[in-house]
Amino acid sequence: MAKGVWIVAEQRGGALRKVSFEIASAARKLADELGEEVSAVLVGSGVEGLAPELAKYGVDKVYLADDAIYADYTTDAYSAAVAKVVKENDASILLLGSSVQGKDLGASLVGKLATGMASDCTELKIDGGKMVAIRPMYAGKVFAEVGIESYPQMATLRPNVFAAVENAKAGEVVKFDAGIPADALKTKVLETQQDASGKIELTEADIIISGGRGMKGTDEYKILEELAGLLGAAVGASRAAVDAGWKPQSDQVGQTGKVVSPNLYIACGISGAIQHLAGMSSSKYIVAINKDEEAPIFAKADYGIVDDLFKIVPELTAAVKKML
Amino acid sequence: MNIVACVKQVPDTEALIKVKADGSGIEEGGIKWVMNPYDEYGVEAALKLKEANGGEVTVVSLGPARAMETIRTALAMGADKGVHITIDAVDEYNTAAALAAAVKEINPDIIFCGQRAIDDDSAQVGSILAELLGIPQVTIVTGLTVADGKAKAIKPIEGAQLVIESPLPCVITAQKGLNEPRYASLPGIMKAKKKPVDVKDAAALGISVEPKAKIIKMTPPPERAPGKIIGGDDAAVKAAELAKLLREEAKVI
Ligand SMILES: Cc1cc2nc3c(=O)[nH]c(=O)nc-3n(C[C@H](O)[C@H](O)[C@H](O)COP(=O)(O)OP(=O)(O)OC[C@H]3O[C@@H](n4cnc5c(N)ncnc54)[C@H](O)[C@@H]3O)c2cc1C
Ligand SMILES: Cc1cc2nc3c(=O)[nH]c(=O)nc-3n(C[C@H](O)[C@H](O)[C@H](O)COP(=O)(O)OP(=O)(O)OC[C@H]3O[C@@H](n4cnc5c(N)ncnc54)[C@H](O)[C@@H]3O)c2cc1C
Repeated sequence: MAKGVWIVAEQRGGALRKVSFEIASAARKLADELGEEVSAVLVGSGVEGLAPELAKYGVDKVYLADDAIYADYTTDAYSAAVAKVVKENDASILLLGSSVQGKDLGASLVGKLATGMASDCTELKIDGGKMVAIRPMYAGKVFAEVGIESYPQMATLRPNVFAAVENAKAGEVVKFDAGIPADALKTKVLETQQDASGKIELTEADIIISGGRGMKGTDEYKILEELAGLLGAAVGASRAAVDAGWKPQSDQVGQTGKVVSPNLYIACGISGAIQHLAGMSSSKYIVAINKDEEAPIFAKADYGIVDDLFKIVPELTAAVKKML
Repeated sequence: MNIVACVKQVPDTEALIKVKADGSGIEEGGIKWVMNPYDEYGVEAALKLKEANGGEVTVVSLGPARAMETIRTALAMGADKGVHITIDAVDEYNTAAALAAAVKEINPDIIFCGQRAIDDDSAQVGSILAELLGIPQVTIVTGLTVADGKAKAIKPIEGAQLVIESPLPCVITAQKGLNEPRYASLPGIMKAKKKPVDVKDAAALGISVEPKAKIIKMTPPPERAPGKIIGGDDAAVKAAELAKLLREEAKVI
């Protein structure tokens, strides 16, 4: 019978990503409820040293595939490795992060393992020994409870939603060789172009300050960047600002941009169109700064200021400076 | 080139979505249905490849009778023919399995999907389809060139962009930025009416549907408690009050 809660640990460039600790903690919770173990699959090149970090977040066993062929993430190599070990061990539950890599790897595994997966979940529970996943659909206008009818029961978890909780376990390392013939690998990473260094990734940021059409231009974002610098925040944008060319597409939050769940989302000069809300309404705290009191963003905001953002933001920066 | 684009019909992004009283699904009355926006990028990419290399574009859609409108939209944009799979909504694996059965008969050089359908938001079908066809995939693609039997795709990841090469045939899932989808022209719309669309059910495709996932129930999103508007005339006072609330009440800074 299928048994055990499994996760795929996500690493890049030899470092585990934050979402890996979040899914490890979520897996630990499910496993404790089921009385089962948590196993993590770790794939990469020269990554054995990461196993103890996973153990710290509740992982009992780390299944390690360490080989030069895994130096770059490619869907074909990683999915073949994970599919093999998960199948051999007849995993009951398999969790991944809903990151760019996790989405791609998860969906490929669904194909390879002929199972079902609930995408981008915000809550998981156990009911009658089976996993029930809760996920937003229709851009957050609906929440669905999803059950998986086959094994492994798969889910990807929205980054920043599940708390990473330290809970030290053995983290025993079990090495495995997926035995992938080199000619089975079809795709190749030709080039990796890094974004400007030091930029905080939107989907991983604890605080996001976003500017919309009300920003009026590229240079005006400096006032947001200054505040962001103080708070260790990332700067995002609405589609109107991206379409105007003030910010790159990769900064867009919303239905056709990134879905983010920071602790704090500060929307400046953003009206709160349904497509924008789709990308940020699972934020824990939302602040709206907008001069139009009728703007729909205020209906979603925990705190709002109806005023000119060019007056409020510099004052907020000054107030924060005094406080920190 | 023989090219396939998979298109899904979805509610317009502005649509008011209401959950049925029994939680079994959404109320479909009053919804305006459109082509999934990401699939528009896929169709456009398919048409561009055909224009550059010759060949044929087939659009494939699974869904109820109304899905035919979306197939016609793609035909009006310039696709040559359509396949309408008349299976009612099934889970991601079975959707991909049905698409795979239809696509196999077409035997294409390249297949386009959207990176995600904006209604069910799974972002799975393209990848599963590639696995079931046993061909490589590149997902969430914002740039593409195809030459010498190879696709070279640009894929943004967190903090970087990758350039990935894949042999053909492969599945590409389209992301915003890939291109600017064209609008259907009036002559295009007229011509679309005469273009062939094959209608197939599960039996014709030789597949049986075995559910892998099921929606237990749907609910409206949790309500957010009403927020606090910080009033007053002095910007400095209001900003200081906000900073204080964020630090002392919300404890987020
Ligand atoms: C298929 C589709 C997908 C979409 N996807 C997305 C998406 O992913 N993300 C997204 O954001 N949008 C998306 N949109 C667009 C969306 O519908 C809105 O057009 C967009 O979000 C508006 O951006 P905005 O709030 O910046 O601009 P506006 O709606 O123009 O709002 C600007 C706001 O700034 C305020 N303002 C102006 N000046 C000041 C000032 N000095 N001080 C304070 N406030 C000021 C105004 O009162 C106004 O409320 C999508 C649309 C479609 C059709
Ligand atoms: C009324 C209703 C009932 C449902 N019932 C269930 C249920 O009982 N169990 C369940 O698990 N799910 C159910 N679903 C959701 C269903 O699982 C999804 O529609 C399906 O799994 C595809 O996922 P997605 O739409 O999120 O596609 P994604 O994986 O996000 O789509 C990516 C891309 O794949 C292609 N694609 C996706 N779907 C199609 C399609 N139909 N035709 C052509 N191309 C397509 C498109 O190119 C699209 O851009 C139901 C949906 C509806 C509307």
